[in-house]
Amino acid sequence: MSYAAGVDVGSTQTKAIIIDEDRQIVGRALLDTGANVIQAAESSYTVALKEGGIDEEEVDYVIGTGYGRFRVTFGNSQVTEISCHGRGAVHLFPETRTVVDMGGQDTKAISVNAKGEITDFCMNDKCAAGTGRFLGAAAAALDIPLDDLGPVSLQSTKAIKISTTCTVFAESEVLAWIGKGKKIEDILWGVHSSIASRSVALMRRVGLDDQITFTGGVSRNEGMVKALEERLGTSLNISDDCHYMGAVGAAMFAMDHVLTGRTPVGSGAGVAS
Amino acid sequence: MTTEQSGQELVGRGNREGAALFKDWFTELDQTAANGGQAAYVFVMGSLNEILKSFDLPVVFPEINSLQTAVRRVAHEYLDEAEDYGYSPDICGYVKADVAVQLRGGQHPMGQIPPPSLTVLTNACNTYIKWAEIWERMYETPTFTIDIPGTRQAGGQTWQGDADFEADRRYIEVQLTELISLCEEVTGRKFDIDRFREVLGHANTMSRCWSRILELNSARPALFNAVTDGTIFLGVANGFRGTETGARYFERLVEEMEYKAANGIGQTIEEKYRLLFVGVPCYPIFRRFNELFSEWDATFVNSTYLWFASGGTNRGFEYDLADPLASLAEGTLVSVRDAMDSMFHQNEILADMITDFDADGVIYHPIKSCRTVSTGLADGRRYLTEQIDIPTLFIESDMMDRRVVSEAQMKNRIDAFFEGLESRRQHSLAGT
Repeated sequence: MSYAAGVDVGSTQTKAIIIDEDRQIVGRALLDTGANVIQAAESSYTVALKEGGIDEEEVDYVIGTGYGRFRVTFGNSQVTEISCHGRGAVHLFPETRTVVDMGGQDTKAISVNAKGEITDFCMNDKCAAGTGRFLGAAAAALDIPLDDLGPVSLQSTKAIKISTTCTVFAESEVLAWIGKGKKIEDILWGVHSSIASRSVALMRRVGLDDQITFTGGVSRNEGMVKALEERLGTSLNISDDCHYMGAVGAAMFAMDHVLTGRTPVGSGAGVAS
Repeated sequence: MTTEQSGQELVGRGNREGAALFKDWFTELDQTAANGGQAAYVFVMGSLNEILKSFDLPVVFPEINSLQTAVRRVAHEYLDEAEDYGYSPDICGYVKADVAVQLRGGQHPMGQIPPPSLTVLTNACNTYIKWAEIWERMYETPTFTIDIPGTRQAGGQTWQGDADFEADRRYIEVQLTELISLCEEVTGRKFDIDRFREVLGHANTMSRCWSRILELNSARPALFNAVTDGTIFLGVANGFRGTETGARYFERLVEEMEYKAANGIGQTIEEKYRLLFVGVPCYPIFRRFNELFSEWDATFVNSTYLWFASGGTNRGFEYDLADPLASLAEGTLVSVRDAMDSMFHQNEILADMITDFDADGVIYHPIKSCRTVSTGLADGRRYLTEQIDIPTLFIESDMMDRRVVSEAQMKNRIDAFFEGLESRRQHSLAGT
């Protein structure tokens, strides 16, 4: 049996996925990236191997992706997470034509074809507005665990409109609303709606086509899923693997190479930098 | 000398000579400043070098001075100084770097810049007008604004023989007559029509050659990189327009490019992808920016920057020396209007260019500093991709301000763009 792996070194978390020849996930790992990017990549890979009960020698090809893709020192090549999220989303949900990937540092809207290849993409520019970081700022201001943000926001009965788009100012705006006696759940729903609004604007720039798959760490947040679905007027493709989608896509590209010998699209270029 | 030896000398000569001319130009400005001589401040979109050189006025291009601070990686010092003085971070980086140069008494990394005796500008950029007002206040020297009628709607230009065109041309001719009077007043010299004809003749040679050089780059492999090499040629096209030196440089550049085309000599990379560039280069990381593309064996075969930042002289308009002033008015109308079209109505030109240059993709590079050139790019990109099946990439940074240049984000997008191009090519080759 041959195996292939994808390691997605994101700004906040590092994900590793190992798949078999049938492209079934046999091992996975999720760790905080921290300051030592190389270590995060190695550790996540080790954990995924262990979970799958697989020896490193059995893995024929490894692709690194994410901002730290060139720090996956044991990887055979690199592919951007933009391509990987597209590929992974179409693998899990074959009818996907638009992907929205919301991570810790950026939000991407990706248009894909039936093969999972990107036809266009768009991202937030040098600003964390509309990303997971915006939620992090709100969580810090309200002293609520990140995982509770979504469930609490869904209890809202009267949404507050968050007018700032700046992550830095979000915290002060949230505190200002608390000062005015507004309910936390209403403020949080406003935060989610604000992010959803910016994300949908990005998606419109690449063209909104059915079906839409939501990927990245923030896809676990049910409040964000609801906020996006309300704004889009349609349901989103979601699964537990969406958080790992970059690594899933990287593993798919790696398995392509194992099975067909095809050179992954991103291999080689820019390795030195 | 053998043919091989002469060929070796030809290849790269334009870059070497262009760099040397640049130094000569700034040395002349430095000496002018030291001697308290006169200089005219002008802009790349409609410099009117043709009139100023006929009065032997050295020309200062503050836009070029500013970008040089970015290329030399000291722009932040100048930007900070202007911001400390009170200019907002949102204001054009070219303006702010120049303000700092003026506050430093003309001190610039390439030498001393003389203050303006006269400023000449067109309406091709709205910032030109406010920028010139700064010098007017600082030095109390005259500013002359030439109003060039632009294209009323895409594809709606009028041409010679049309009554509207003739009205526009006459409108410019009257303004040029006033400019000549002002130059006489500032320099204390009488306008010399024969000297003027001589200058126009040199400008004609340069325009003819510039147009030819850009056309030759449709060769495969491309003869030069339109973003890196092209910017060197552009500097000479602006600073030396209307001079014998400039004309001779461009004749020799055509000789080099024709030699390269005849011998299939491209650049140092194996050309895999041919790209068009739309916008202003990322000067703070000028070489690195290009490497992000050349690492994928891609080259820029043409650029809208070479069109609008040469004041539309890429059109190759040649003046009629028998009727010089009327013809300069016509050339100014046609060329500067084209420069504006290259910023505001570039879609049709780009569509032709994609075919003529066999381009694989279009890179849009809007910049924070310049809303004039950047505002319509997102819509333009969408329009183009609806008309033509061509991959495009939209990356935003700046031509001056390193604070808004995120190399990691840029690289991520560029890599993803090429991954898409590569998939597309693999399927095209496989017929799938």
